[in-house]
Amino acid sequence: MTRYIIRRILQAIPLLFIISVILFALMMNMGDPLATLGGRQPPRGEDRLRLARQLGLDQPIYMQYVFWLIGNDWMMFDTTGDGAPNAYGTRRGILRGDWGTSLVTRRPVVEMIWQRLPNTLLLMGTAQVVIIVFSLAIGVYSALRQYSVADNVITTGAFIGYSMPIFWLALMLMYIFAVNFKKWGLPYFPTVGMYDPAVGRTFGQVVWHMALPVATLSVTAIAAYSRYIRASMLEVINQDYIRTARSKGLPERLILWRHALKNASLPLVTLIGLDLPLLLAGAVVTERIFAWPGMGRLFLDHVERADYPVLMGILMLVSVAVVVFQILTDIVYTYLDPRIRYS
Amino acid sequence: MSSMAGPARRPTLSTTTESGDVQTKGGALSPWRLAWRRFVRHRMAMAGAVILLLLIVYVVVGAFIFSEAYANQTATFKRLQPPSWEHPFGTDPVGRDVLARTIYGGHISLSIGVSAMLVSVVVGVLIGAIAGYYGGAIDSILMRFTEAVFNIPSLFLLIVMAKFFSGRIPTVELFGRSFSGSVIVIIVVIGLTSWMYLARIVRANYLSLKEREFVLAARCLGVPNWRIITFHILPNTLAPIIVTATLGVAAAILSEAYVSFLGLGVQPPTASWGNMLDGSYVYLESAPWLWFFPGLLIVLTVLSINFVGDGLRDALDPRSLTK
Repeated sequence: MTRYIIRRILQAIPLLFIISVILFALMMNMGDPLATLGGRQPPRGEDRLRLARQLGLDQPIYMQYVFWLIGNDWMMFDTTGDGAPNAYGTRRGILRGDWGTSLVTRRPVVEMIWQRLPNTLLLMGTAQVVIIVFSLAIGVYSALRQYSVADNVITTGAFIGYSMPIFWLALMLMYIFAVNFKKWGLPYFPTVGMYDPAVGRTFGQVVWHMALPVATLSVTAIAAYSRYIRASMLEVINQDYIRTARSKGLPERLILWRHALKNASLPLVTLIGLDLPLLLAGAVVTERIFAWPGMGRLFLDHVERADYPVLMGILMLVSVAVVVFQILTDIVYTYLDPRIRYS
Repeated sequence: MSSMAGPARRPTLSTTTESGDVQTKGGALSPWRLAWRRFVRHRMAMAGAVILLLLIVYVVVGAFIFSEAYANQTATFKRLQPPSWEHPFGTDPVGRDVLARTIYGGHISLSIGVSAMLVSVVVGVLIGAIAGYYGGAIDSILMRFTEAVFNIPSLFLLIVMAKFFSGRIPTVELFGRSFSGSVIVIIVVIGLTSWMYLARIVRANYLSLKEREFVLAARCLGVPNWRIITFHILPNTLAPIIVTATLGVAAAILSEAYVSFLGLGVQPPTASWGNMLDGSYVYLESAPWLWFFPGLLIVLTVLSINFVGDGLRDALDPRSLTK
């Protein structure tokens, strides 16, 4: 097992390397970061050259990549523009823990991401719990009533939920639960931000503001997951050990939730493991619509300004999370299902 | 859902054995006919096919009723009018008729769905086939690349690539209509971010099929490799390709909607269902018809294609009845 884990980690390194090369190559054509720097008046002529030199944007793309990866403090640069290198660089590269500095805000990328990450994780974590609870309940319910009216309604509903663009669902939810509830004099949900600035960031406020974004994020995943649960539950429930449990007179409730569900929820582990890091990304649209101050919005804001250090930081963070969770999922699986052995 | 990468299907051999539900009278039916029968009996799939047909009729017939000039015609004196007899879906912030725009937007959204799917199928099959057939170093290089692209969350990749290619291609003239070049950009971008899954399935099938006797026989006869890849092995792995391609159309329409919604997709004045929604959430409260109708059309299209794809999967591969 240890050897397997080590091998997987070693395999992940070239993979992440390839990902970073692909992404960095794409970054280089995202637009002109310098054009957005001077506010209303983009820097021109000598100013522009000086800025490009200071930000390292005058270097060829492969050198920019090397500097992003391992830093540039081992090389002399010409910062004054007289053609003679006169100072060492100050960047240490992402491999040595320096994620770079935002071209737009001039703040360290780590700091910017760190500020937003907790908000995204809060949204995602809550959504994940909602997803698991509801998809388990719906999946088991429809498996036990296979081909009944309820099951068919749920199946159709799942297909609809699965086919719905997140943003349209968000708009519908906002229209019903915010706009119309307000109109009807019912307590209505807020649609913007994390808390009401007049009240402050209290627990109640955040929960209240989180309701609609979490619902938006969960529906698609619940639709998909409940199908998997239903399928695996149907598979498990006809197996011999369930019949044994029944014939020895165990209460149905116990058979269902203790014996059957334990095995039936195995696919869920894979799904969650593979989807969890994707949730970090899935928030892009939701965060935009609900003006949630998370990482997805940070990404969108900086895409528009071609701020590649921030974009690379976010993208690599998510990619690393994807790879790590893949390995973790495989490891957890061996504990849950001892029949699986990796060699 | 991902059980399509199973053992390869050989339509020439599987006549009546795997179709317990379909009793044939008289001579053996071809496997494609059997699949067709199973598909027709799939209620959800038929419902999906009917809805899809109606949607196609809607955008095709609609184009004869409203001209494109009418769809792009601005009339500021009747901006943001609620649905009425004259404008059944209302008008948008510059007074354009939303109904007419959903028709022309439908052309764009549906053609992006189909063309982006074709791009992703070509790339996916090509990479999968070459990797699976040649194996060895080519295989590991291509599959490492596939895995790398697979590991980047697709929406991020989509946004980054849309930005990468944006503003490259000028307006194009086609069939007497002019399209924003962004349509082509979006087709390529969606195609290039969605081929990975298919590439894996095709590779797995090529890996097992290339060891079969018929491939060996072809090789002994001196058939060139590219002929074996295209004419000998490819027909035997069509079923999963068809299913993935069908579902791919739905995914591509959704992707277009997401990118256009974020303002990075199809650029106005060319309408698409996605970009009609861009910015419409400003009018969430005051003009719900702006976002309701294009969104509803997206949902209906994606839903019906998903139903059809699901039916095709059950019809073409009876062994993968996972649900």
